[in-house]
Amino acid sequence: MINWVNFASQAVNGLVLGALLALISSGLTIIYGTLGVLNLAHGALFMIGGYAGYVVYGFTESYVAAVVGGALFVMLVGIVMERVIIRYFYARPHEDQILVTFGLGIVFVEVIRFFFGSLSKVVPGPSWATGITPLGFMVYPTYRLALVAIVAVALVVLFFVLYRTRLGMIVRAGIEDSTMVGALGINVYRVFMVVFGIGSMAAGFAGIVNAPVVSLTPDMGEAILVQTFVVVVIGGVGSFPGAILGGLIAGEIISITSMFDPGYSYVMLFVTMTVVLVLRPYGLLGTAGRE
Amino acid sequence: MRYARPYLVETLTAVGLIAAPLVLPHLGFVPNTINRILVWGLFGIGFDILFGFTGLLSFGQAAFFGTGGFVAAYLMTTAGFPHVVTALFIGMIAAGVVGWLVGLIALRRTGIYFAMITVAIAEVFFFVEFSPLASVTGGENGLPGVPTPSFDLGFTVVKFNTDYSIYAFLAFWYFLGMVVALRIVRSPVGAILAAIRDNPLRAAAVGHNVHAYKLTAFVIAAAYAGFAGGLLGVMQGFMPPDAFTFDTSGQLVMQAAIGGTGTLFGPLVGAALWLYLSDFLQKALDLGAAWKLVLGVVFVVLVIFLRRGIIGGIADLRALARGAGKAAADTAADGAGFHEEVGADEAMPAHHRASDRTTGPILEATGLTKRYGGLLANNDINFTVNHGELRGVIGPNGAGKSTFFKMLTCEVPPTAGRIVFEGQDITGMSVTDACQLGLTKSYQVNQLFTHLTVRENMTVAVLADRRGKFRLDMFRDPARIEGLNEQVDRTLHLVRLTRRADTKVSDLAYGEKRRLEIGLALGTSPSLLLLDEPLAGMSPQERIDTVKLLKSIARGRTMIVIDHDMEALFELAERITVLQEGQVLVEGTPEEIKANPAVQEAYLGGVLE
Repeated sequence: MINWVNFASQAVNGLVLGALLALISSGLTIIYGTLGVLNLAHGALFMIGGYAGYVVYGFTESYVAAVVGGALFVMLVGIVMERVIIRYFYARPHEDQILVTFGLGIVFVEVIRFFFGSLSKVVPGPSWATGITPLGFMVYPTYRLALVAIVAVALVVLFFVLYRTRLGMIVRAGIEDSTMVGALGINVYRVFMVVFGIGSMAAGFAGIVNAPVVSLTPDMGEAILVQTFVVVVIGGVGSFPGAILGGLIAGEIISITSMFDPGYSYVMLFVTMTVVLVLRPYGLLGTAGRE
Repeated sequence: MRYARPYLVETLTAVGLIAAPLVLPHLGFVPNTINRILVWGLFGIGFDILFGFTGLLSFGQAAFFGTGGFVAAYLMTTAGFPHVVTALFIGMIAAGVVGWLVGLIALRRTGIYFAMITVAIAEVFFFVEFSPLASVTGGENGLPGVPTPSFDLGFTVVKFNTDYSIYAFLAFWYFLGMVVALRIVRSPVGAILAAIRDNPLRAAAVGHNVHAYKLTAFVIAAAYAGFAGGLLGVMQGFMPPDAFTFDTSGQLVMQAAIGGTGTLFGPLVGAALWLYLSDFLQKALDLGAAWKLVLGVVFVVLVIFLRRGIIGGIADLRALARGAGKAAADTAADGAGFHEEVGADEAMPAHHRASDRTTGPILEATGLTKRYGGLLANNDINFTVNHGELRGVIGPNGAGKSTFFKMLTCEVPPTAGRIVFEGQDITGMSVTDACQLGLTKSYQVNQLFTHLTVRENMTVAVLADRRGKFRLDMFRDPARIEGLNEQVDRTLHLVRLTRRADTKVSDLAYGEKRRLEIGLALGTSPSLLLLDEPLAGMSPQERIDTVKLLKSIARGRTMIVIDHDMEALFELAERITVLQEGQVLVEGTPEEIKANPAVQEAYLGGVLE
């Protein structure tokens, strides 16, 4: 039952899932770190990304257009969400922020259900990444391998934006102390809007590049949201490297446990989270004082 | 907390529950909906104790709702256990135990971490129910055939098998649940939970075991959820697996938020609106699946505009109607409070503890050092205070005075060194334990329970002294705690806030807040009281009053006072310790300090010439 080929294949599956989770969690964690808002609609943004890509693909038949269109659309949704609602919640308690984003998440899901129905939709992968690739000891779907590369590129781009640009410097400073950044004469509110847009785009981008390997349903974001929370708790809230590390760990745990019994994948994920909480309460790469 | 009309709320609840099945059908509620409202309302009572009263927002209550429901349903179906009520209670206990275990993990963190962890844990339960335990729980089919309750009274058998009789059964449990919850929130435990919601740091500092009380609230919420879950199965004759879903947790949160938190009735109101609208939108308007979209929008709009839900909104409207007259009265009271007589004539003795002595050193710190990264905040401080002494600590800004106090009260652990209090090594102890031993401080920046009244604030502090750091007297009337009210009244009198007793702290003037800050520390009856800049930000007149107050407190008690007001400290203190750059510069009587050239050079800069 358990052989090495099987194991290797699950390990690669874990890598695919882990990379996706890393990207989605990065979005959640930079938004939380900078703005102090936990976005419970993040899973819904992931789902919207998939549907937006599906619509663009329907018009253009182009994978690249679908990815670009889907990601940009979700960024727009994020920016509008921040401008219209979230910014009025910065001064309100965390609980209110959680409630309103939770409500928005439901609205997003139900809007999509209203227009597209509950039946699942499929987006085909790009023509240059169809079929399977021999890896020597096993064969593996080409698109999934491409997916790891695509997400890795996205993470690298995000890394450069965060660590090598002026904007990124402001964002990282904002994660440390957004009041101080404001006091230095930087318009933090405009930065907040951009960060919310980028964070949302990370989820939306993940949603559309993931679309060819799953089928789209309006409530697909819910499971992802829960996994993202675990990733952030494991990695440390507000930590970009933590999100990547946590994402990869969570992806592997889910995949490898599934090889034995899928029913226990969440149990194992949860056990890991508990162990991390006991040993390092602020997450593997987190720092104290961000709650 | 004294209530003018005891049992008023209970009576109104009973009347409402009896009237509901007669009135609600005329408003378009079908009997099944009314029953579901009660189940959600009961589920919500526990949630409100957790969220509304303790401030812990959990998105994982489905785990306990499902656990209680499935344990009870399993007993009544597969296991063939005939006693419905006993099965419900076993389900409740199971949910409580599970809640305790989950709470141990989730409560390691607060705020958004707590919310995220509860979501994750609830999801685990959902998957476990669906797959590994499917043979027991029926997996996605749930457990059908849950019997309706019936009681053999000997001469007749009472059966609850129609919508209305089930209503009576549910209403009974809702009523009982409400009575119990009202007892809990009015008990000392309830007062402490409210304090924790407001300011967990201070609740711990006055000597309450915050973690244990939070866990208590978590277990209470889980038990309510478990019992409500069991009732769901009984009501439907079927235990549905979606009891475990994230949707269930989310719906509970939304209903509570819509109705309003902190009143226990909010979830019932929210459930009524939610279930009514969902029936109405689906059936009357024939919206199909779009009903949830409409409800989602309604929810978002409510969160944005009606911060405290429907009940909070109604309360605000009432307050608005009475607003103008009340504001004028408040201003008048402000003026009156200022001239309230200082309780200087009456000293308040410290609570005597077994460890207490009356002579010799009460506090001895040796080699106390605190390092923050590269910064040496305190360096090798040796410090001894004797019983009955009033010690002043001065030093320029950045001398490490506040860090020094934080170490002495066990708020932060020292990097090196030892602290001995009443002959007991307290190094590394928690701030709560230190306070229970009789060592506490008032804060430089006010740490009050701002949403509670002055009296409630003081009660929280005194409760820590009277009850110890943790006690589960959830059904006790605080008025029956011996000496509680006397001690509250006396401390209020001492800090002359008696006339402001029923004012909310957020409405107090700054000087009054400063006095309450000292009062909270005093309320715990410390044998050693540390005051961190008690005079900071006060007007000259307030300073004079406060110095008088401090003198009266000092009788029969040892105190250490940090302040920048030299005149005041030289007047108050018998001995002064001067800190500079994290070290003790010199120690002596006020006269010696005034005459010391090193002090004049380093700190006073010759002002006192």
